[in-house]
Amino acid sequence: MHPAFSVIFLTTLIGAGQGLLLALYTAESYAAVGVVASSPRSFYVAGGIISLVLLIAGLGASFLHLGHPERAWRSASMWRTSWLSREVILLPLLMVLLALYTMFHYLGWDLGIIGIDSGFDSDLTLIVGAFAVLATFALFVSTAMIYACIKFIQEWASVLTVINYTLLGSASGFTLATALTVFIVPEPSQGLVKLFGFWAVVITVAALLGRVMSLYRNARLKPRSTVQSAIGIRHGSIIQRAQGVMGGSFNTREFFHNAPDWVFRWIRPLFLVLTFPLPIILIITGVTSGSFAVLIIAFVVQYLGLIAERWYFFAQAKHPQNIYYQYIS
Amino acid sequence: MTQLALVIDLNVCVGCHACVTSCKEWNTSGIAGYLSDDNPYGAEPTGTFFNRVQTFEVGQYPDTQTVHFPKSCLHCEEPPCVPVCPTGASYKRPEDGIVLVDYDKCIGCKYCSWACPYGARELDEHQKVMKKCTLCVDRIYDESIPKTERKPACVNACPTSARLFGDVHDSESEVSRAIREQGGYALMPEWGTKPANHYLPRRRIEVTIHDDELVRVDNPLKKEIDVGPSGPVREQTLDDITSW
Repeated sequence: MHPAFSVIFLTTLIGAGQGLLLALYTAESYAAVGVVASSPRSFYVAGGIISLVLLIAGLGASFLHLGHPERAWRSASMWRTSWLSREVILLPLLMVLLALYTMFHYLGWDLGIIGIDSGFDSDLTLIVGAFAVLATFALFVSTAMIYACIKFIQEWASVLTVINYTLLGSASGFTLATALTVFIVPEPSQGLVKLFGFWAVVITVAALLGRVMSLYRNARLKPRSTVQSAIGIRHGSIIQRAQGVMGGSFNTREFFHNAPDWVFRWIRPLFLVLTFPLPIILIITGVTSGSFAVLIIAFVVQYLGLIAERWYFFAQAKHPQNIYYQYIS
Repeated sequence: MTQLALVIDLNVCVGCHACVTSCKEWNTSGIAGYLSDDNPYGAEPTGTFFNRVQTFEVGQYPDTQTVHFPKSCLHCEEPPCVPVCPTGASYKRPEDGIVLVDYDKCIGCKYCSWACPYGARELDEHQKVMKKCTLCVDRIYDESIPKTERKPACVNACPTSARLFGDVHDSESEVSRAIREQGGYALMPEWGTKPANHYLPRRRIEVTIHDDELVRVDNPLKKEIDVGPSGPVREQTLDDITSW
């Protein structure tokens, strides 16, 4: 498949935004049960705004993918059958919940505003946050299922696609949260930085396992469609002599990555290094030294790695229609 | 229920591209607007087509056969491109089974083209909407056209009658009979898309030749030269593997 940068940025940006929200809610729920010290409201407000900005940037990138962005509102209509439509509904829903979550933190509201005194300071934001977390996971599943539900793109049609989208997005979000804590919380409680750092490393390692498993699976795939099934002739040696077009077509532009061989060869080791071991080393260094610079570099490195990862995700997928477009003539 | 479809006879198609040009001519002049062409006379001509003829070579020289293979939307009975459309622009008509795109609803996200294993859908690079074969839906029901011509443009144009058009759910229709009696098959059956369009395979032509037909009884020289095969046949040919 041709990797479109609009979709690469959409999936990586909203992935980081969703991961950051998960990190914020993790901190808040840990603080609610007293595992870590409560963070100042400014931390949740800043985190919520950054997460929202990432989601909006992702949504903006998605519009660049459309031929008719002015009709994009129509894409919410077929949610009964289309994962893309479900994503289109869940992304704004998550934005609304996240905006409410951030606003309630900013205003310092709790359930006292509707006359319920639960004794918890953060009861309202915990409830709204829980819905936002549900929407986050639903959005991860929808985004990944857009690809995983196409059964004949065999590289994608696997539960590993859903697992990896969730883990990779969460990993980058937790890495960003670690940097954010050091930057925003004036005297960061070591507990919170270590908590985020710990989860960032754990999720990154889990994502590495998931991605390596999908690479392993994809390397062993046997294409179910062959030139024999494509044209219905059962003969061992069939070669295409003409594809009915001399100068390329939508079919040759959209379904082939058209990148030089060396790019395709090098991008896999590149993303494997940038997304996994390098950020892990940087996170551990940053958490122990308490350095914001090192931690934000960890996020940037991991995000660049994820862009390369997503590029490879598309480029590696072989669409069966390519069988019909092997030779120009 | 009606399911209109094409049946394409690969035994007859000569690869002349008349179906391609007639399709382009009819559909670029239709109410839905033109089919884009860029650099039609330049070095890299490209454009939107509903129908293309491809050519495959089967077997190894010298035992080769050329198969011309026209490919357009197969109007699947289980079209994978329809449920993925987020706007409902891509739909299958219940009354005749034609899969269509509502160009006014299409947002040009290309997702349906990803979900078609046959590469039958092409994005129009200028109108930015997805296009595909309509089975000439604006022609086959047009009562101002003589009844015998109310067929897709490609069917009317085919000089060898390699393209048949009709209802594959009517067991007595010309297309159903052709599928049944001449071994019609669907493309990529492994994905369960149940294409409505079918292809008729290359068929082995057997002719019985009697000895007296090989010898010219009126040969004035009374002498024949032996012109048998020049050597042993090295591998199977298309004729050896075809079941018809």
